[in-house]
Amino acid sequence: MNVLETFLVALRALLRNKTRSFLTALGIIIGVAAVIAMVAMGEGSQASVQEAIASMGTNILIVLSGSSGAGGARGGFGSQPTLTWEDLKAMQTEVPTVRYAAPSVGANVQIMSEDQNWSTRITGTTPEYFEIRNWPMSSGTRFTQSDIDGATKVVILGQTVVDKLFGPNADPVGQMVRIRNVPFQITAVAARKGQSPVGQDYDDTAFIPVSTFETKISKGLGKFVNGIVFVGATSAATTPRAQTDITNLLRDRHHVLPGMDDDFNIRNLSEIASTQEEAARTGAKLLLGIAVVSLLVGGIGVMNIMLVSVTERTREIGVRMAIGARPYDIMTQFLIEALTLSAIGGLIGMGFGVLVARWLATTFGWQTLIRSDIIVIAVAVSAGVGILFGLYPARKASLLDPIDALRYE
Amino acid sequence: MTAAAPLIDLQDVSKVYQMGDVKVPALRGVTLSVSQGEFVAIMGASGSGKSTLMNIIGCLDRPTTGRYSLQGQEVSNLTRDQLAKLRNRTLGFVFQSFNLLSRTTALENVELPLVYAGLSRRERARRATEALNRVGLGDRIDHHPNQLSGGQQQRVAIARALVNDPRIILGDEPTGNLDSRTSVEVMALLQELGRSGITVLLVTHEADIAGYASRVIMVKDGLVQLDRRQQPRPATTAPAAQEEVSA
Repeated sequence: MNVLETFLVALRALLRNKTRSFLTALGIIIGVAAVIAMVAMGEGSQASVQEAIASMGTNILIVLSGSSGAGGARGGFGSQPTLTWEDLKAMQTEVPTVRYAAPSVGANVQIMSEDQNWSTRITGTTPEYFEIRNWPMSSGTRFTQSDIDGATKVVILGQTVVDKLFGPNADPVGQMVRIRNVPFQITAVAARKGQSPVGQDYDDTAFIPVSTFETKISKGLGKFVNGIVFVGATSAATTPRAQTDITNLLRDRHHVLPGMDDDFNIRNLSEIASTQEEAARTGAKLLLGIAVVSLLVGGIGVMNIMLVSVTERTREIGVRMAIGARPYDIMTQFLIEALTLSAIGGLIGMGFGVLVARWLATTFGWQTLIRSDIIVIAVAVSAGVGILFGLYPARKASLLDPIDALRYE
Repeated sequence: MTAAAPLIDLQDVSKVYQMGDVKVPALRGVTLSVSQGEFVAIMGASGSGKSTLMNIIGCLDRPTTGRYSLQGQEVSNLTRDQLAKLRNRTLGFVFQSFNLLSRTTALENVELPLVYAGLSRRERARRATEALNRVGLGDRIDHHPNQLSGGQQQRVAIARALVNDPRIILGDEPTGNLDSRTSVEVMALLQELGRSGITVLLVTHEADIAGYASRVIMVKDGLVQLDRRQQPRPATTAPAAQEEVSA
């Protein structure tokens, strides 16, 4: 008997007990659907974490000034300016693992267009800032080193600011806005970056050259950087190395004695990122684990019903043996039956799982990623489950004694 | 002894069943040979060992001691697969309770031995149809067992037994579940097969049925008590059979 024929025989045997076959397959259906939906959810959450990390920019270190401790009241990091412009230059030139270093000095200002105005955070910085934060322009070109050198009055607006001042679809590049009564020309619009993981709008912002900021906004170029320094390491792998190098450089430059605390602070964003990613990955594994357990339970259901089927059909097995079926034929028959049951369950479960993943995505607004390799694996595993859990009943059937089987009532 | 070896040859065959701690002897040294074309009725009370004898001859069971050769071949040490092949090619079984597969058509039931013999679909259908015609059920090939009368079901079972051109047909109380009129029809069919050269062995406890055989073997307490040849009574109800077929 060839495989196709055995398959058709198995299919017919299963159709004889439609309800029972369906309920047994349901165990596999739920198992496979769970695997696909859970993996889609896990992948989705991992992807959204990665997206959030990517929008923050990768390989980033943030260097802050130290805290003030005068008179018992201790300020936060950056309250005591210790970072100088010379420190910034040294970081750029003397640390090989640092690709970029950019200052970020900020103030809250009112920006006025012809007929609208909007309060936002304005940041004085250098072109490298956008490299570090991996932030392209959606239109126009960003300011350059010559703008820094010349302290030109140009501004890059975030998308939210553009929306508020010019309307959602406007392209205001080339137009003028006024900041603290100083006219600035809009040189570019920064691409939409969305929200930070804590809901802060990255796009409600504006950037001007740091030199212009010092002269027009904070009025006067000081010795210290009244803000923070963004550092872009050469790669994610070299970020920890860059952190150590900068620490050593700054301790040396600030003459901090061994055993004394740093008078500055370095934050590593990739640490936060990897923690979040790890959490998402653990969550995904947990979901997958639960789904695999449900698939296993489905497989036990298949074994159970195959054992019932073997017992019920003992006489049939006896007849088949009496007319010339070899033990191998009997074994194949029941094995293919178990395989068919779980493979059909697996295919239905696959469709069901994709639907559930889509439904989760639309109903709860969760990001879900349906991975085609997981679908193939899930269906293959369910077929494997069928063979594994069908093996014992099938072998039991094939080892029946023809006389006992024929006499079975 | 003739020059050709007997078809069935049992030498001092015994069979002991182990029932827990107790050993129950079913056969206690049976020596028996059956030649090609004989029509044998094995008779005996229940528990006499006649069914065990039948099962051993049918290669469904193995003797505890003694030798059994079928077509001149010793079967005691054949593997399960080799026994399956013998049952498939050389032997045909007819049971008291028909043992047809339910929800399967008459044709498919008859095809089953050919499926295990590995024949092509077309060849199977051709030979199964031929066998059903031979038992007078050519117009019932698409019927399921529950749509057939007892006599018709047993004739499907006989068609299944002879579809693979066996040398021996074994019947375990083949008329046990049939009324007397259909019993005669079935016996007429078996006699006809006997005339065509097939060796027929029946187990029965009805003397009436044994009367259709050319040889009667009485078994009692696991031993052959009597072995006699007789002039078989012809089963003549061909008209009645025709009537049922056309009904």
